[in-house]
Amino acid sequence: MKIRYLVQKEIKRRKLNFALCLLSVIVAVVSVCSVFTMLEIYDLRTKEIVQKKEQETKERMDSLEDDYRKITKQLGFNLLILPKNQNISDVYANDFASKFMPEEYVEILANTKSMLIRHLLPSLQQKIVWPEKHRTIVLAGTRGEVPFAHKAPKEPMMVAVPKGTMIIGYELHQSLGVKVGDKLRIMNREFTVQKCNESRGNIDDITIWIDLKESQELLNKPGKINAILALSCHCHGGNLGKIRDEVNSVLPETQVYEKGSRVLIRAEARDRAAKEAKEAIQAEIKQRKDLRKERENLAAIIVPLVLLTSVVWIVFLFMGNVRERKSEIGILRAVGVNEVSIMKLFLLKAFWIGIIGAFCGYVLGIGGGSILGGLFSTSLVNVPLFVAVIILAPLLSIIAAWVPAVIASRQDPAEVLKEE
Amino acid sequence: MIEIKNITKIYNKEGAEVRALDDYSLSIEKGEFVAIQGASGCGKTTLLLSIGGLLSPDKGSVVINGNAVYDMPVEERTVFRAKTMGFVFQQYHLIPYLNVLENIRVPALAAQGEVPEERLEMLIKTLGLKERINHTPAELSAGEKQRTALARALLFEPDILLADEITGNLDEKNVEIVMNCLFEYQKAGGTIVLVSHDTALCKRADRIEELTVK
Repeated sequence: MKIRYLVQKEIKRRKLNFALCLLSVIVAVVSVCSVFTMLEIYDLRTKEIVQKKEQETKERMDSLEDDYRKITKQLGFNLLILPKNQNISDVYANDFASKFMPEEYVEILANTKSMLIRHLLPSLQQKIVWPEKHRTIVLAGTRGEVPFAHKAPKEPMMVAVPKGTMIIGYELHQSLGVKVGDKLRIMNREFTVQKCNESRGNIDDITIWIDLKESQELLNKPGKINAILALSCHCHGGNLGKIRDEVNSVLPETQVYEKGSRVLIRAEARDRAAKEAKEAIQAEIKQRKDLRKERENLAAIIVPLVLLTSVVWIVFLFMGNVRERKSEIGILRAVGVNEVSIMKLFLLKAFWIGIIGAFCGYVLGIGGGSILGGLFSTSLVNVPLFVAVIILAPLLSIIAAWVPAVIASRQDPAEVLKEE
Repeated sequence: MIEIKNITKIYNKEGAEVRALDDYSLSIEKGEFVAIQGASGCGKTTLLLSIGGLLSPDKGSVVINGNAVYDMPVEERTVFRAKTMGFVFQQYHLIPYLNVLENIRVPALAAQGEVPEERLEMLIKTLGLKERINHTPAELSAGEKQRTALARALLFEPDILLADEITGNLDEKNVEIVMNCLFEYQKAGGTIVLVSHDTALCKRADRIEELTVK
């Protein structure tokens, strides 16, 4: 006969005592597992909410990005690449640069990989007095956009002005009564009016655009330009620094300026919207973290209280069991069963209560937590928690039964046997 | 075999000192059947438990087979008791959730070795328990309970059987069965110390030791 057999038989005999002890362990394990499960569900929900909000923000930003790409293109060139020695104040004062740089710079940029800029347009502009009409005008020479060698070709924003033709600004063609097809002379060279621009409300209204080569000849600046207009997309915002670095790495004798434009303002608005969305997500995360912390704190009070109550309850039940088995222990001691074996009678029982309680408590805890948390998922099966419960529940049960087991083992058999 | 030398056992009951045994000595030979007789409270059970190594006297010594029982460490004494002695009590002290067969086997929890199955069968047959082996104590008569307790005590053929008022709750028929079993055990070389206040029963022993209330 083994101690284990005696324990089995005793459990079968005193089912109520066993059931109450088991219930105590189950309640303790359920409280732990359900709290963990509910917190896990809370975390999953937080993740879900944040992911959803991030996705919404991304979709909104993607949509804005596309809008701004289109708007940017519609609003025209927003970058100005100028000679390095050009004073920017002069550019603001005169609306064009007074210094010059080689025309080949535009070819260098067009042949460079990984450029963040789009649509390169070299130009030569100068304010002159139109000798034939005695009017101050801006003469702008352009050769059309220079395509990038390493990028897919794009539809040009501005087409070249054919040789011998001109495009004339609104103020000029209105005041001079010029129409498309008219022939006009500038510095003794004849040009046919190809297009009369609509009013733009800026210096373009007194500008005449002609072929770059012809403008270089008229202005006596062969092979020179004084600006390269470019387009930078504001899809991602805040990349001017990178553009400057890129341009300066290939053209160190230049400087890059961004024109204060509606694109920039809108891009800033978009960036601000993105920032606000991010801040809103962070606020949501923080709020949920705070709420989780509150729940954790509450659990940190309730769970130990439940555990302590369970341990005390088991102690009382085992003490009752020891009292009930006084005669049994007395005779076992009389026939020579040692103290360790008497302790085993109780501790083995406590171990089984712990193991069975851990299994039942885990299943009920996960189930209960899922019901309370309103989420059923296999991801809630927490293996480390299961292992911890399987180890700790029997351990706690044994600790609770330890004192009663010691009392039982130290019981004086003579006291019991004398009581007859 | 059993040498009890000048043992004294004093109890404190509600502040009053009660001398259960006072400088008592007794010598029992191997194979002897000794009856201890006396009125209630004269210290019969105290003497029996002292011989059994369960109740340490305040003074004096108990020597069994040359071993001073109370000089041994507790665990050694427990093993010694398991190997040397068998106990039977008036209240049987059967384990309620075990059946007759399992109750008889209980000393196997302490024994170093296998249960002697032949002896187990012989005891069940001799004590008339064959039909009751699967019954729990609650389903047994007083006589059957006492016979079960006796079988449990004799399973590992102890040198000494300590019996305390074992016929107190039994009818004549059961007394005879129990006594016959005791005589069989004595014939096989066992030593019996029987505590009883039944004079007729005590007269069947080899020797009667009278204890008086102090």
